[in-house]
Amino acid sequence: MLKLGVPSKGRLMEQTFDWFGARGVTLRRAGSVREYSGAVDGIAGLELVLLAAGEMPRELAAGRIHIGVTGSDLVREKLADWDRQVAALAPMGFGHADLVLAVPTAWVDVDTLDDLDAAAAAFRRAHGHRLRIATKYHRLVRDFLRANGVADYQLVDSQGATEGTVKNLTAEAVADITSSGETLRANHLKILADGLVHASQATLYAARAADWAPGPRSALEALSRRTGFTAPAL
Amino acid sequence: MALKAAARAEADRLMAAFRDAGAVPVEADILQPAEVLLDLYGEDIRARAYVTADPLRGEMMLRPDFTVPVVQMHMSGGAEPARYCYFGEVFRKQEHLSARTSEYFQVGYEVFARDTPERADAEVFALFSGLLAPLGLRAVTGDLAILAAAVRGLKTLETRKAALLRHIWRPRRFTQLLDRFGGRAPVPESRARLLAALAAGGPQTAAPLIGLRSEAEIAARLAALAEDAAAPPISAEEVARLEDLLNLSAPCPAALAHLRETARDMPAIAPAVGRMDARLDALAARGIGVGTLDFEASHGRTTLEYYDGFVFSFLAADPDLPPVASGGRYDALTAVLGQGRSIPAVGGVIRPGLAADLAEAARC
Repeated sequence: MLKLGVPSKGRLMEQTFDWFGARGVTLRRAGSVREYSGAVDGIAGLELVLLAAGEMPRELAAGRIHIGVTGSDLVREKLADWDRQVAALAPMGFGHADLVLAVPTAWVDVDTLDDLDAAAAAFRRAHGHRLRIATKYHRLVRDFLRANGVADYQLVDSQGATEGTVKNLTAEAVADITSSGETLRANHLKILADGLVHASQATLYAARAADWAPGPRSALEALSRRTGFTAPAL
Repeated sequence: MALKAAARAEADRLMAAFRDAGAVPVEADILQPAEVLLDLYGEDIRARAYVTADPLRGEMMLRPDFTVPVVQMHMSGGAEPARYCYFGEVFRKQEHLSARTSEYFQVGYEVFARDTPERADAEVFALFSGLLAPLGLRAVTGDLAILAAAVRGLKTLETRKAALLRHIWRPRRFTQLLDRFGGRAPVPESRARLLAALAAGGPQTAAPLIGLRSEAEIAARLAALAEDAAAPPISAEEVARLEDLLNLSAPCPAALAHLRETARDMPAIAPAVGRMDARLDALAARGIGVGTLDFEASHGRTTLEYYDGFVFSFLAADPDLPPVASGGRYDALTAVLGQGRSIPAVGGVIRPGLAADLAEAARC
């Protein structure tokens, strides 16, 4: 059986069901709405596994499911060397969210990473500590800032209400997910012109560590013909 | 990778040689306060070091190197001059799937001495070179003090020089800054708008000021931006000379001759070039064949270290292997950790596990 991991609730689950449905593969929850098991029609050898979206990267990395749907932000944040642990099969065109760097709108002198870096250097001299950026996406943000040569910052962990951290004096800037920018604006924050860390969307991944015996392999090929992705070497 | 026993045997040999050279063996805690390392290396060290939480002491790191604890120990009351050696595990997270190990031994040798820094540089290099000679490694040297002197000698604003100096260890950002200060990169569109608004009396915003960064800090940066915009770009000639210097790679005698030539137009580097000259004499006096020793001006710019003068690495033929040994001068680090005091210091580390592997391979 080819084990397919799908988010277990909410919009992401519904849109995933719609995406597969539009390609002739019917996924549905079995039994009551509270029961976390699923059923598949329209293709042979595919088993549906309902999982929390946040657990999908871990399950893929461990190879306990063969393929799975989750946000590309979660995969890149949670898996080191993500593309050597999973293969992206198909971007699915929903669940769009951008991870962006934002600073107070009142910082009229800061609009680019270059400005942020210069402001961070001066901030550290003035305050005796590094400029704090609140985020829950530590790996993505750190890799992005390192690649762009920004120094003298520190990441502070924020698992929610991140946009409020600047007003609450627990951070000077934030790196957070946004789709419209509305929450950032409401909290008097602006996105840096070159501050797009990652444009995320729901993506179908294959697990390189899964057991790719002939059974799941041929089910993957059947699914690839149906849904239009190229089955990679795994 | 060598068995720990083989690595330990090699480490014992190296430690004995370091003690014979006059070094006092010292120990360092495996758990180090994270804050000191983070302040020194920046957030990047989080990706490289194991961070753990202590219920009373807060964030701690598994020792990513010995330099910081050894410097701290010396600065809190070591005699002068001092030579130390140490041996133990260091821990480095590997963010990429590879054969590189995340836990390995280091054996190190550090010299804290105020007099004749060139001779101390040569002492460390020659000691390492002798111990590693059977492995047939390639040695590469560099000198970050020459680069820093070249930047300090630019005829431009102090703020621009400070920005370049701050990014000597981040080559990509350094190049971007040099392109902008040299007038080769266009002014970003948002910067142009901001400068126009500044010229027209100051940018307006209705947004409330939130967070710790104050109105005065924003005003200070706006003033710096206006000053920068009004200043002429660094001349193309100066930028070309600096880039020529950054790309210099040659055997030491040819590199020295080239640097002497460069110093005619760039007098700021003359003292640092003089120190390089003295160092080569000191190396030759210790029997190092400087005629074939490689010099790369940019060597040491991409490490996570804190070197600010002479730097060196001993490399195996296999480019996938990490350096077998590396080291350099870190005078500034002693000032950062010395709470007002500082002392010139130079040292280096050898990976005994890697050295044992290579010795084993050479025997086969």
